[in-house]
Order: sequence, then structure tokens, then C-alpha cells
Amino acid sequence: MSVVVVLIGFSILVAVGFLIAFLWAVKSGQYDDDVSPSVRILFDNEDEDNSDKSIENQTQV
Amino acid sequence: MAECVHCGQECGKNPVIFDNKPFCCNGCSMVYQILQEKKMNRYYTMMPTPGIRLDAENKAGTRYAFLDNDEVRSQFLEFSDGGISRVNLFIPGIHCSSCIWLLENLQTLHEGVIHSHVNFVRKEVNITFRDSEITLRQLVELLHSIHYIPELSHSTKKKDEHQKVNRSTLMKIGVAGFAFGNIMLLSFPDYLPGGEQIDRLMSGTFGIVSFILALPVVTYCSWDFFLSAFKSLRKKIINIDLPISIGILALFLESSYEIFSGIGTGYMDSLAGLLFFMLIGRWYQGRTYESLSFDRDYRSYFPIAVTRIQEGKEEFVPLAELKPGDSILVRNGELIPADSELLEGEGSIDYSFVTGEAFPVAKQPGDHVFAGGRQTGAALRLKVEKAVEQSYLTRLWNEDKVGDDEKRSMQSVVNRVSHYFTIIILVLATGALIYWSFDDFGKAVYVFASILIVACPCALALTIPFTFGNVMRVFGRNGFYIRNTSVIEAITHTNAVIFDKTGTITHSRSMKINWDGSPLSETEMQWIRSLARNSTHPLSVMIGEWLPESPLLIAESFKEIPGMGISGKIDGHIVMMGSRSFIAGSEVAADTRLSSVYVSVNNTLKGRFTLENRYREGLNEVVSGFEGYSLHLVSGDNDAERENLTNIIGSGENLHFNQSPTDKLAYVRQLKENGKHVIMIGDGLNDAGALLSADVGVTIADDVYHFSPACDAILQSSKFGRLHEYLRFARSAMKIVYSGYGISFLYNVIGLSFAVQGLLSPVVAAILMPLSSITVVGFAGLSVRIMARIKKLNA
Repeated sequence: MSVVVVLIGFSILVAVGFLIAFLWAVKSGQYDDDVSPSVRILFDNEDEDNSDKSIENQTQV
Repeated sequence: MAECVHCGQECGKNPVIFDNKPFCCNGCSMVYQILQEKKMNRYYTMMPTPGIRLDAENKAGTRYAFLDNDEVRSQFLEFSDGGISRVNLFIPGIHCSSCIWLLENLQTLHEGVIHSHVNFVRKEVNITFRDSEITLRQLVELLHSIHYIPELSHSTKKKDEHQKVNRSTLMKIGVAGFAFGNIMLLSFPDYLPGGEQIDRLMSGTFGIVSFILALPVVTYCSWDFFLSAFKSLRKKIINIDLPISIGILALFLESSYEIFSGIGTGYMDSLAGLLFFMLIGRWYQGRTYESLSFDRDYRSYFPIAVTRIQEGKEEFVPLAELKPGDSILVRNGELIPADSELLEGEGSIDYSFVTGEAFPVAKQPGDHVFAGGRQTGAALRLKVEKAVEQSYLTRLWNEDKVGDDEKRSMQSVVNRVSHYFTIIILVLATGALIYWSFDDFGKAVYVFASILIVACPCALALTIPFTFGNVMRVFGRNGFYIRNTSVIEAITHTNAVIFDKTGTITHSRSMKINWDGSPLSETEMQWIRSLARNSTHPLSVMIGEWLPESPLLIAESFKEIPGMGISGKIDGHIVMMGSRSFIAGSEVAADTRLSSVYVSVNNTLKGRFTLENRYREGLNEVVSGFEGYSLHLVSGDNDAERENLTNIIGSGENLHFNQSPTDKLAYVRQLKENGKHVIMIGDGLNDAGALLSADVGVTIADDVYHFSPACDAILQSSKFGRLHEYLRFARSAMKIVYSGYGISFLYNVIGLSFAVQGLLSPVVAAILMPLSSITVVGFAGLSVRIMARIKKLNA
């Protein structure tokens, strides 16, 4: 049964890892703005941007 | 009718066409052009019509020239080293994902920009740029050119503080949640049947691990509660944090005792859970509107730098460096920064925001002008007479700084309740201690601790944050933004309401216009309109807009005499419009009741335009909605509309006109001394003192992100007609709070009945405490939602 004690030790260690990750995330400001990251991820990069424009030009013609 | 591709407004009959697309104005098409050149069309495809419209007059010009001054610039830069600088700008215009995209792609617009990052919640953009390629001024002008105008004001430090508090609360929630989850797992065996059979070694280990996990909860997470309890005790007040602190300490000490004496695992799980919930409550309550500013002082209204003329040269100096005797230049649309004497130029000074007078005041060289007025017309040269801090207006502002929030929280219902609550619990606990000590002293101490544990008013402490937090969000969705949750309770105590007139119950920039005189022919109307369009005086603008649209004719030898009127030659006819004395001399009897603009063509009097204030929609409903309130009106304007207002607001003795800002402040104080709880509703700087000293100050604003005087709440002007509904909703919220208290007392009574009998076991505490918290939170959230739906507010 004493293996449970060891397991608890490990489980808490893992939990502490996540706690530290959370504290780091808060400290680095990831919780300051909960709107723009969700928008930012949808931005396409430059190349697609240009192809987008060419499609628009075609439709205009 | 076509919609402007840039801003989405109606384009009218003659849209500006560019690239086969309709635009409402040149400004909008200019932005489109700029973005088109840089191949940034995505701006328009991501969201339809994402742009911001600007008035034609809103040109950058030399407006940002002050940013070239080193001292001013260094105030704004967060960081500047090795040719690279970083600046954080507040841009109220940020509103959609296209905005984020454009502002984060500034480097495409200008190569000098290295990186930009938007914080949407705070409506801020953080830009890193190369000094050698773009100056701060050019950067700001670039933003201006795409219609994202940064608000450059003196301090944004308050916001940083708020951010720090928010972050630390989140971290505490994390720690408490971590401890709660893990201790719960360790305590679980004890609660299950057969738990007694776990061997001594294991339960001992579990206890010690729980104790270690609980240590940061009691020290780090609970610190704010202890601190607050201690502070209030020093002021000889009992606030809600005192019974909470007692509960936390009782829980911790009793549990530690149990763990180390090997009796059991204690109540550490309840302790961690309790703090977890209470911290969430705090965080929820503290989620206020970060992008709104409720405590701006006069400094953010005034310009940052002014043009000083020294030895014939113009230079920009920071406002603080302005000294009496300096000679300064104030251009069209700029603010007068300090009380001064007019040296040169014709002043037409708009004091509407400062004194509440509706129309610009004419000033001649030699006259005194007061700080806060806005020049409309040609540039003026002024001699500064008083330092900025000593101006009439700024003195008024400094006069009434009270720690309102602190005062309010002392009187708040939760603290009154906790006052009695704490006393009752302490009496009960001591009574039980004495009673049991006849029997068994060990048991007596246990009962004493149990009572303190179970009485910990965490459900009580959660009621207000969650109810008011939800109410605040409902208000926000309906265009009524409050500074913090304590305002809601303050609103429910008010019993007198004071309205300001200009800009508050009337529209500030539009009036009801009537023509009084011989009927005008179409050509005459065209002449008058063409003439009026040459002037930027609000009256000319309003008349110009009111007259039917027609092609504009050229006004030759146009002249504008401040305070008098305008004249010009149109199609060979001399057209004049202006004040009575300017046009008609003494021929016509004076009529002070209405603002009039007289018109003459070829020196024959044609008649006059009369302008009446237009009251905001729903004023009657709002006034009648203030049942049981005493109604007052204080206005800086003349009493031209006394009759109208008597009909609306009632009894004449509560209507006060020609009130200076100090009079308004005095009036609020006088009402308060007579035992009234005052809600003041105003809009301008002239109400600033009154708004601050009233129990609740509400500012009406067309644009909530623009400058508004310090206040407790900002109301979007379009929602004015629903103001009374918001007050009623606040009252309903108070009832929800009382019901929440009822529920939490019920749980306390149940818990206490266990505790006084010495039957409080960890399992009872572990069930009862989270259960009571969750019920209260659920009840608060649900009932606010239902209540909002009943009252037809957007929930």
C-alpha cells in the first residue's frame, strides 16, 4: 500500500508543474487580453494575402 | 443609397467614387487609397466596413507637432535606446478584428515600424519602431491618416496598477485551486465508508501533505483578507473580511492541531475550497471596464504641450513649463490651457464644456479668457496670467477629492451585516465554550473552533461580487458603464436627482430651428446656406444643415465678426446674418428667451431663425421614472427655457440657471447637508465638481471612450431614455443580494446547529461549505439574468 504514498508524491509533482506553467502564463501577460489572440490566430500570412487580392481583381473584371 | 465601403455610413446623393466603390467622404476614400497602395485590402474583406469616419475638419496638420519636443516625447516612450523606441498608445477607435489586423501590420505601411501588438481589451497598441526612419510624431500622424487617432493624455498609470492587481488575483486563484484539488483527493478516503481502515502511516502522510499544501493558501492567498480585516479594525470598523479571517485562522489552527496530534486530516480541503471560491468572487467583481477611464482629471482634458512664442519664435513646451507672463499661441480648435489675457486676434471661445453656455463667447484683445475654453476661428495670441494648476477650473477640480469608494464601502450593507454577524458569532462561540467547558474542556475548544469555522461567511462574501458583477455586465451591454460594483448599492440609496441642462437633457450640437419672418424664396435660402457654410460657428453650422440642400455659391468678401455675425456678397447681393444688434440695430425689440439669428439681404431685414434646444428622446419618461425623488436642475445657461423645463421637471424652485461650476458644487453639498442622497447627471467640465461630490455622478457621453469628467458611471447618450430603468434594475439587484444573504444564513444556521452540539465533522464541513458557495453563486447569476429579461434589458 505504501506505493500509494510514492504515487501521490508523483501526482503532486505533476500538478506543481502545471501550477508553475499557469503562474508563468499569468505573469507573462497571457491573461491580460482575452480577445485579440483568438482573432490573431485567424490572420493569414502575407502570401495568401496577395492571392486573395488577385481573386478580388478577377471578380471585378 | 450606397453604403460607404470604408465606414458603412450612407453616402448621400453624391458619393465619392474611387476604384468603382462608393465612399461617404474624401477622408474615407483617402484611407482606402492608402491601404490600396500598400496592398492591404484584407482590411476590408475581413470585416465589412470596418473603418472609422472622421469629420472633414479633423486634419492632423500641426496638431502633433508637440511630439517633436524631446521632453514631451520621452514622457510617452516606454523605452528608447540604440535608435529603437517603443510606445504604448491608447486608441479608442479599436473595435473589431480588422482593426487588430491593420494595427498589427503597421510595418507594411511604414518600414520604420518593427513590431506592433494590440491589446484589444485595453484598446491599446504597443509599437516598436526605428527612430532613424520614423519619429514619434510621424508615427502618430500615420495612425491619424488611417483614422486610428491615439488619445495622447498625461497618465495611463492607473491602468497598469489595475493590471497588476488582476494578475496577482489570478495567480492566487491558481494556487488556491491547485491546493483545493489536491487536498480534496487526499481527504477523500476519510469521507468514504471504510476510510477508517487506512493504515496510520498513510493517513499521517496524507495529513502532512495536506498541511504543506495548505500553507501557501493560508499565507499567500489569504493575505489580502487579513490585511483588509486588520486595516478596518484599526479604524474600529468590522468589515466582512474580519469574520472571514477569523474563520480561515480557526480552520487552519484546528486542522493543524488535528493533523499533528494524529486525530484526523482536518478541514484543509474546506479551507482551500473556501479561498478558491472567494478569490474567484473577488476577481469577478474586479473585472471592470479597462478601456474606460472614470477618474481623469483636468490634465487629460488639457493639451500636453502648447505653442509658446519667445523672441518671435514659436516653440512647443510641455504644459507644466508654462509660466505666468508667457506669450502663447492658440489655434482654431485648440484649448486655452491657462487663465490668460487676449493680446491679439478675435476670440470666439466655446465654453460649452466648461460652463455649459451653449454658444461661443466673443472676446476682444484686452479681455480675459479662462482655461478650458476652445477657440473657434483664427489663431489667438495670449498672455498667460496664472499657472495651469491655479486656473479657476483646475482649482475647482482639486477642491473636492474624497476617498469616495472607501467611504462607500464602510456604509455598505455587507459591512453593516457583517458587523452584527461577527458580534453574534463571537457571543455564540463564547457561550458554547463556557457551556461545554463545564463538561469537557477539550470538547469546548473544539466546539468553539467549529462555530468559528462554520460561521465563516464565505457565501455571504460571495453574494455581492457575483450579483453586482453580473449586474455590472448587464449594464455594460446596455450602454451604462459603472466604475465599480459599489456604485450599484450607492445608486439604490439616492433620493434626489440633479440634471445639468446643456448636453445632458438637451442635445449639445443640434437644435430645433424655426424661421420667423417673411417667407424665403428658394434662391434666398440658397444664399443664406452658402453664407452660413463659410463659418464654423455652431449656429451657422446648424442653420446650414437645416436649410434644404442646394449647390453652394461663392461668398465674396466674406467677413466674420466674432460675437456679431457674418456677411458676404453672393450673386451680387449683400447677405448678412447674426445677432440682433448686428443686423437690425434697435429696430427690433430684444427677445432674450430664444437664441435668434437675424438675416438681412441688401440691408433689408428678412426675419430671424429661432433656435430651441432639442431635448433628448425619452426625457419625459426618465423624469417620471424617478418616482419618489426630488428633482433638480442646475444649468450654466440662461433661463430662456424656464417655462419648458417647469413643464417637464416641475416646481420652479428647483430650477437654477446661470450657475457657475462652483455654484453647482455648492448646490450638491447643500442638498447633501439636508440629508439627501444625490445622483448628479451631467456632461461637461462645469459639472466636474458636482459629479465628484455627489453620491453618484453620472456622465452622459456621445462617445464613452472620449474625454469625460471624473465620475462614477458613464452613460451612452443614446441610452439616456432608459436611465430610470437602470436605477430600478439596481434596486432589484439589491433585493437579489438580500435573498442571497437569506440563503447563506440558512446554511449558517444548519452548520451552527451541528457545531454547537460538537458534531461538526470534516465531511460535514466539506459538503456544507462548497455547497453554500455554489448555491449562492448560481442563485446570483441566474436571478440577475432572469431579472434582466423581465426588465427587457440585454442580458
